[in-house]
Order: sequence, then structure tokens, then C-alpha cells
Amino acid sequence: MSSAPHAPAPGDSLAARLRHEAGINLNHCYQCGKCAAGCPVAEDMDNTSCQTLRLLQMERPELDRRVLESEAIWLCLGCETCSTRCPQEVEVAKVMDYVREASLALDLAHPRSRDILAFHRAFLDSIRATGRLFEIGLVANYKLRSRHLLKDVNLAPKMYVRGKLPLLPHFIKGRSGMKRIFQLTLGRKR
Amino acid sequence: MSRIGVFTCHCGENIGATVDCAKVAERTRNVPGVVHSVDYKYMCSDPGQSMIKEAIKEHGLTGVVVAACSPRMHEPTFRNAVEEAGLNPYLCEMANLREHCSWVHEKNDATTDKAADLIRVMVEKVKHNTPLHPIRVPVTKRALVLGGGIAGIQAALDIANAGHKVVLVEKSPSIGGHMSQLSETFPTLDCSQCILTPRMVEAARHPNITLMTYAELEKLEGFIGNFKATIRRKARQVDEKLCTGCGLCITKCPNKKIPDEFNEGLGKRSAIYVPFPQAVPNKPVIDKTNCTFYKSGKCKVCEKMCPTGAIRFDQQDELVTLDVGAIVLATGFKVMRTDKFPEYGYGKYADVIDGLQFERLASASGPTLGVMKRPSDGKEPETVVFVACSGSRDRAKGVPYCSKICCMYTAKHAMLYKHKMHHGKAYVFYMDIRSGGKDYDEFVRRAIEEDDVKYIRGRVSRIYEEDGQLIVKGADTLMGGEPVEIKADMVVLATAVQAQDGSEELAQKLHVSYDPYHFFAESHPKLKPVETNTAGIYLAGACQAPRDIPETVAQASGAAAKVAALFSRDELTREPVVAVVNRLPAPTFSYCVGCFLCQSACPYQAIEAEEIRGRDGTLIKTLAKVNAGLCQGCGTCVSTCRTKAIDIQGFSNEQIFAELMTL
Amino acid sequence: MKIGYYPGCSLLGSSREFDESVRALAQALGLELVEVPDWSCCGASSAHVLDHRLALALPARILAQAEAAGLTEILAPCAACYNRLATARDTLEKDPALARDIEAVIGQPVTGNVRIVNVLEVLDRFRDVIPGRIAKPFAHKVACYYGCLLVRPAKVLKFDRPEDPRSMDRLMAAAGAEPREWNFKTECCGAAFSVTRTDLVAKMSGKIVADAVRHGAEAIIVACPMCQSNLDMRRPEINARLGAEHTIPVLFITQALGLAMGIDATKLGLQRHMVPAVMTPAAV
Repeated sequence: MSSAPHAPAPGDSLAARLRHEAGINLNHCYQCGKCAAGCPVAEDMDNTSCQTLRLLQMERPELDRRVLESEAIWLCLGCETCSTRCPQEVEVAKVMDYVREASLALDLAHPRSRDILAFHRAFLDSIRATGRLFEIGLVANYKLRSRHLLKDVNLAPKMYVRGKLPLLPHFIKGRSGMKRIFQLTLGRKR
Repeated sequence: MSRIGVFTCHCGENIGATVDCAKVAERTRNVPGVVHSVDYKYMCSDPGQSMIKEAIKEHGLTGVVVAACSPRMHEPTFRNAVEEAGLNPYLCEMANLREHCSWVHEKNDATTDKAADLIRVMVEKVKHNTPLHPIRVPVTKRALVLGGGIAGIQAALDIANAGHKVVLVEKSPSIGGHMSQLSETFPTLDCSQCILTPRMVEAARHPNITLMTYAELEKLEGFIGNFKATIRRKARQVDEKLCTGCGLCITKCPNKKIPDEFNEGLGKRSAIYVPFPQAVPNKPVIDKTNCTFYKSGKCKVCEKMCPTGAIRFDQQDELVTLDVGAIVLATGFKVMRTDKFPEYGYGKYADVIDGLQFERLASASGPTLGVMKRPSDGKEPETVVFVACSGSRDRAKGVPYCSKICCMYTAKHAMLYKHKMHHGKAYVFYMDIRSGGKDYDEFVRRAIEEDDVKYIRGRVSRIYEEDGQLIVKGADTLMGGEPVEIKADMVVLATAVQAQDGSEELAQKLHVSYDPYHFFAESHPKLKPVETNTAGIYLAGACQAPRDIPETVAQASGAAAKVAALFSRDELTREPVVAVVNRLPAPTFSYCVGCFLCQSACPYQAIEAEEIRGRDGTLIKTLAKVNAGLCQGCGTCVSTCRTKAIDIQGFSNEQIFAELMTL
Repeated sequence: MKIGYYPGCSLLGSSREFDESVRALAQALGLELVEVPDWSCCGASSAHVLDHRLALALPARILAQAEAAGLTEILAPCAACYNRLATARDTLEKDPALARDIEAVIGQPVTGNVRIVNVLEVLDRFRDVIPGRIAKPFAHKVACYYGCLLVRPAKVLKFDRPEDPRSMDRLMAAAGAEPREWNFKTECCGAAFSVTRTDLVAKMSGKIVADAVRHGAEAIIVACPMCQSNLDMRRPEINARLGAEHTIPVLFITQALGLAMGIDATKLGLQRHMVPAVMTPAAV
């Protein structure tokens, strides 16, 4: 039996917080590398998944920071191949979700994550406003946020012709409820 | 009037750190009947035992309570001490302050209170104890060895050479076990068959050994020194006495397409077969699930061909009952199969094989006669990847333990491959190299340094096939988890060592404990590694835990030594903790009314009928009577008796009630 | 037979043909789809990147809406929606304290009494019916592509085998197709990086398209809008990266089955694909 984790203090390591808040014990990882071996984006990452876990395992502030500032955590697609194959049943994809949130909270997100973040924010803006995703709105918002104004300009007309781009959003009835959900969760995180 | 002495032990820090032993001793002095109460750091030490002996004489004690560890640990120690001081040993009891109190509670007043309570309970029990005397039973000096691999063969030979009879039972048609399948053995690379087959022959020819192959244990009754084993001898459909082992039947058998177990499915055999050329006994069996006659009612070619008329289609299984005094369990292991690996193709790739299959490929007697040929197309594999820890140390696959032998045999495999194919490339994916053992690490280093085997520290995530090659996707954790992709012609998975199929059922038949992975459990992990918790049943080899050959042989000899020690005596003494039916003066004779509910409840067939007859021989009453030799003291009869006529000596109802009432 | 239906946002827009073909097939099989009232977005692959409570609250609202409408089972054809809904349901079931927190956020109770099923699970219930309904066998070699979201995390979804799943292959075989053994059935296509990291999507989806073609497939069959759009809409980028001219079409399982059952191609939305999905009759 592992001893019950103490409630983590603000200055505590990410590993301690993961254990307390998400029930993930990183000491289970024995650094076999199977997660990295199967990761579809491993070769594009600055830290492979097992390196990320290793950095977190040491519970040292400077190493935690290397994780929070890395690009790798933004490249993880959450495909769960790592968690599925991990012999020690470490939920690696959940760890990635957790450290991304921590990175945002401390404003340490990697510069090259800007576009990825812009996309996710634009996506959530769209559903906050209407309740359902409005794809034209998403793309327009993303382009403004990311300044990639000319990206995929050829694709939109093709999609429109094929009836894949409705020009008007769907508005759900429970929009006030949706706003409340965003207020109580994402809050002022932007 | 009882005069009880109580001796409270600190067990060093074990009890002393959580329980206030001085206070406990002090409080115990006030318990009615207690005339002496002291505490001491180590009661089991010589001075501790002397304290008890002196106190018995000085205070004229009629009973002793030692408040210390578990009776399993030291009851014999203290009972011996008490006996030396002239008191009946069964007037000494232990209160378990360690396992039942100090180890499981925090240090505080309540813990000390509980310790005092546990002692008070035992004091009440001892007040009701009566002197008992050990039961003497004879010993049957014949051993039963279950399993005919190297463990069973070694144990059987050692027992037989000590001058005792042995029956060696093996479920498959030949003895030899997994060792007979191996090519060469680490760390010396000597040929496995060459060192094993002389032992097989020796076992078969030994005057003290009776071989029963193609046989299994059906049922076991009795107890140490006096087991009764029922063995099922499966019908071979061949009369072993008439068969000369000429092999004509095998040559003529029309069905030769059956995957060969001995070659791990890499070769084919006929329906009537001998598992391998050096098999002992070298007598064939008919595989009834595949035999054309059993499937279609026609054929019997073997019967027509047999020059001695040894084929017996009418032969039936036979049950043999044996009296034996001791049993050695040596049923071995199995390896996890490649179909347990979804990420490596669920076993669908013919060229992803397990370690035992590689042994057959590398063996001169194997399906390729020792030439490296991969199973799918017979091509010589130019690149081979070996994957250590396949399924071992993998809690997701239900095997969190280390299989122990794979590091060594993987190094051996890579080495054998390189010796056979000098230009070939061998890669080993590993997590740690565990090569503790004489000349073991040197052996692994030799594979790396001299045979140029590339060791990559990392696990393999996936294997798939592309253009006739296997793509092995791993990572090199010594390079930061960098993905590594190797195009291989063959992959060898060092799959986990697991308990043999049917281990759980066998353990239950024998009343032997087993661990969560169905390996048989030793009685004590350090001090009783070859004993089980059932007296008279011993363990040898990989049925207990993953083991290599040297360890298996050493343990088998250890088990044999235990059997020989047991057989050195003509009779055994047993604890008198058995049921007794109460007896009263005439005309009642006993509360027993002779309903014999106890007889049907008894799992050990220990209850007999006793007739009470008058002087003229007329039957007055029929009572139940316990055969103390068979009774195991389980108490089932006590709870079924409607008239409370039956009791367990040393654990009588009176004693248990006294214990409870004091709380 | 009735079942709750959660189309999800992409099925209203960029993957309209999935919705059209699901509805056409349901009609043909006599399955009534009851849309979850006033459903909202599940948060897909964005919410969980930014906030884990939001990632639970968005699907929880949908579960609550369905429960309130008395639905006990929801068909979510979109693999991402299926995955988010099932994961949220599982998380809330295992953590009652978190469930109370999320109920407060959405202002609705969630009991977890709704089962989430994907399109393959639902079609499998008609496995005895489908063979008798095949009018024009889909006589092509196909690569059934499941992607990540239908099978992982296996402990939560408990659907098919996590590696080398079989359910879609069985359905396609029933439709007269020849499912090919291939290697990337459950590899990730790049999913949500379609817009932001098109380079990675081209690389990842490229591997998938190339392996399907190498194994002789004439069509890739999918059950996920993200997989479909990455393999279909991003084909120019894929081909540029591979230096190839792959024209293999990417069909939803519902489209392929619909065709085999003789449903009109336009009703199944085949005209909406970027890579023409006109299946030339196979050489007999």
C-alpha cells in the first residue's frame, strides 16, 4: 500500500500535484521508453514522452520548468497509444493534459505552441457563443489570432461547393447555460 | 488453584517500540491466577528461556503464557523450555503481541491496552489446559515425485540414492521436461540434451525408481508419512511391455500433419508418436484427438503394422493407488505465448516467436536440424531482434514479477544466432540486465563485447509486417527515448515464465498454498524454501517461482534431503491437536448419540464407529470415534455435533468460551 | 427500434455526409434516431487541452440533456464525440465528488444512466440483417481504418481489440468487400492539427494512406470525421509530401454499407468528398 499523499502546497512539484489531484503516481514509470517508441509525434518532440516523465519524476523545480516550457506537451495529440501500451499502466496522455494546463496557468507555454493554442481558443470561443461549433467562425477567429490570414484559402471554396461550410451558425437554446459553464471552468483563462 | 507465569517479550523494537511492555507486565500481575509476570527484551534467547525455566521451579507454576510473536514462529521453542523444566509442554501458550498488535497498530495507550487484553485471554485459556501427549504415527518410506523435468528427475535420483523407493509421475509421454527442449545452456553453452539424457536414463533404470509417464495425480488423502495418492495412468493405447520401440507404427501412420508439441509447433508429428528420439520411455502413445481411427472409426494401420501386437485400441485409463510418505512437487512452468501480445500482432506473425521456439530452431535435433531458418518461409534471418521482458515486469499483462531466466537465455540466444550466422545482425531490447550468478555477467558481456550483439535499452512498442520483413518499433532510452526502427527477419520474444496450467487445481488437491500467479508457495521465504505449509509436501524447481537449471537442481536436492531426513525415522510425532469424543462412566458412556453427522462432515474420513458392548456381548450403544492418525484438528465435527460430545484437544469449547468471557 | 442520436458539430458542417449516410442507413434498417434535445458541442479535441473541468462539463451537459429526455443510449457517430462522452461518463462515475462539482457547473443532474455507443457497435446489432440486404456488393479491397478515438483508452471504451480491431472489417466483409490486413488501423492521423500543424498531419496521414495503398486497398473505410477529413481534404498535402498521386477514396462505413445496400450515392453524400469517391465496378 502506498502512503496517502499529502495535500500539495502551491510550491509543490508537478509530480506531487499529479498524484494528489489526478491520482497518477509517476514513481510507477520505470523508464522503459515504450511510450516514446509508439508515439506518432515522438520524432518531432523536444522531450520524448519518457523524458517528460523522467523530468517530472525528479521533482525539482528547474526540471519541472523544462517540462512546462517544452514544445512537446503541445505536440501531444492525446491519441492514447502511450497509455494503452504502458506496462506500468501510467496514464501518460493524462499527464500531458495536466502539464499543459499547468503551463498555461503559469504563462510558460512554448512560443511555437501559439498557433495550436490560438486554434483551441478560437474553437472554444465559437461554442461559448453559440453552443455548437461554427466552422467558418472558427477559421476566421483562428486566422485573426494566429495572423495566418492566407492559410488554406483554396480549401474554403471547395468545401463550400460541396456543402461542407454552412454560412450561418446554429444557435442552441441553452446559450446562457453554456456561458455559465465557461465562466465556472475556464473563467478568465484566455 | 492455577499458578500462571506470564513472560512478556519486547522482541527488540518489534513489540517494545509500540507496546509499553513493562506496563503490560505490571498490569498482568493483577490478573487472577497469575503469580509471576515479567518482561524481557528477547524471551526466545537463552537467558530468556532460562528465566522461564527458573520461574517454573521457583514459583511452582502450573501454566505459562509467553506474550511474544506468532506461535508459528516460536511455540516449539517455548514448549521445549517448559518441558525441560518438568512441565507438560501443552501447558504453555503464546499471546501474539507482535503480528496481532504491535505490527498493526500505532504506538499509543490503546495498543498497550490491547496487548494486556490478549494476555488476559491466554491466561484464561491456560487455566483450562490439560497435559497432552504427542501422537505417534508410522512413516511410509516411499516418495511420490510429481513432474518429470530436471527438478523431478534430480529429486527422484537423490531420494532413490539415499535408499528409498520413489514413484516418478510425469503427465506427458516422456520425462525430460523443458530442459530436453533446450539447445545449449548458459553460461557454459554445453548441449542440454547431452547433460540431461544420462540422468533420464539413470532415473528409468534405477532399481528404486518406478516411472509412471503419461500419468497424473487424481486425488490425494492422508498426511505426512501416510499419504494415499491416486494416480491416473492415461491409456497410451500401446502395451508398454510388448512394445520394443521399433518405430514402425510411427513411420506408417497416415496422419503426419499434427503440430509437434516438443518442437513448439515448428515441426509436425504423426498421431502415434514418441515426443523426441531420446524419449524415456521410448514407447509411443496415440494422440486420440488427432488419430484417424478415433475421428472416423477407420484406419488402425499401426495395429496392422506392429510386429509385436502392442497396439491396444481397447486400453482404458487406469487408476493406481499408492501409499507414500512424502511428496515432491516439481511440475515446472510454462511460457506466455505470443498471442498475448496485441501490440506485437496477437500472435499472427509466424516469424515472431517465443524463446522456447528459438531453442528448437537452434537445436541440432530441432525441425531445422539447428540451421537458422525462419518459420514463415525458411529464409535465413539476416537480422534478428530479441525482446527481453516480453510480458514480464508488465503489470498491464498481469505479470509484475521478473521472470529471472530471460536476461541470460536472451544473451545465449543472441550468441547462438551469431555463432551460426556470423554476418547476421542481432539486436536485444532490454530494460535491465539481471545476470547475478556464477559467470553470468561475464557471459552477457561476452555476447556484447565479442559477439557484437547490439543491446538497446528500451521496450518495443509495436511490431508489424511490411514487405516480408518485421518492423520493430522501439526506443533507445539511453538516447533520451529516441524512437528506433529496425527491419528484422525474425523477432524472438523472451516471454514471461508463468505457472503451469492447472497449478491452482493441483494446489487445491494437495492443500498447498499458492501465490496470486499460481506458483506454489514455500513455507517460509528464507528459512523454509523447499517446504510447503503442508507437512510432508516439498517443492523443487520452477513450480515455485521462475528458476534456472542450477537453482532448480540445487532445490531438488534440497527437497530430496528433506524427504531422506523424514524417512530416516520409523515413526513421526504429531501435535495432539485432534478431535476426541467425550467418554463418561456407564450407563451414559458418552453424550454422543451415534447420529454420525460428524462422519459425513469430516473432510479426512477420520471418524469411525465404536461399539459399546455389555459383558454378555450385547450391543449397548454405538459411538463415534476419532482416528487420531487421520484427524487434522480442523473442528468441522465439533460444529456439527448436536450434543456437544466432540471437542478438539487444546482448543476445547470450554477453553474458547473462557477466553471470550474474560473480554 | 429507437436510439438516442448525438450528431455533433462536424456532422452539421464539414462532415455532413456522415450525418446523411447515418440517417439514410438508419432509415433503411428501421432504426429511429431520436436527437438529443438542444445538444451542444462536446469540446472535442480542444477543451481538454485547456481545462479539464471544461472538458468534463461540456459532455456532461449532453449526458444530462439526454437523461432528461429519458434516453438510455446515445449513438455518437463522430469518434471524437463518442470518445469524449464515454470518457466523461466514466470519469464522473468513478469520482462522485467531481461529479457533484460538474453538476453544479452545468446546473443539471447527471446520473450516468446513459450508455454511449459508436456507429460500429450499432451496426453490429444488425449483423444478421445486413447480409440479406446487400443489393450491390461493395466488391473492392478495402483498408478499414479505426483511428485512435474508437478504441482508446481501451479500459474506458471497452470496444473491440485495442490493437488490430476487427468489427469494421467484419461489417465490410458482410457488405461484399475484401478487407485487407494492413498495419495502421489504429495509428493517429494527426487529428486536431489539421489547421495548425498541417505539416504533421500530412506526415502522419501520409503514412496511413501509403500503407493502405501498399496493401492493395482500393478504398479506405473510416468511422471518424477527423480521420476522414484529414485523409480526404488534406490529400494534396499528403501527396506532395509522399511525392505520389494517391487517388484512393476515403468513405465512411455508413456510406460504403449504404452503397452496398443500394442506397443512392447522393443521398449518402458521396458527392461531398474532395477525393472523388466514385467506385468503379471491380473487375469480376
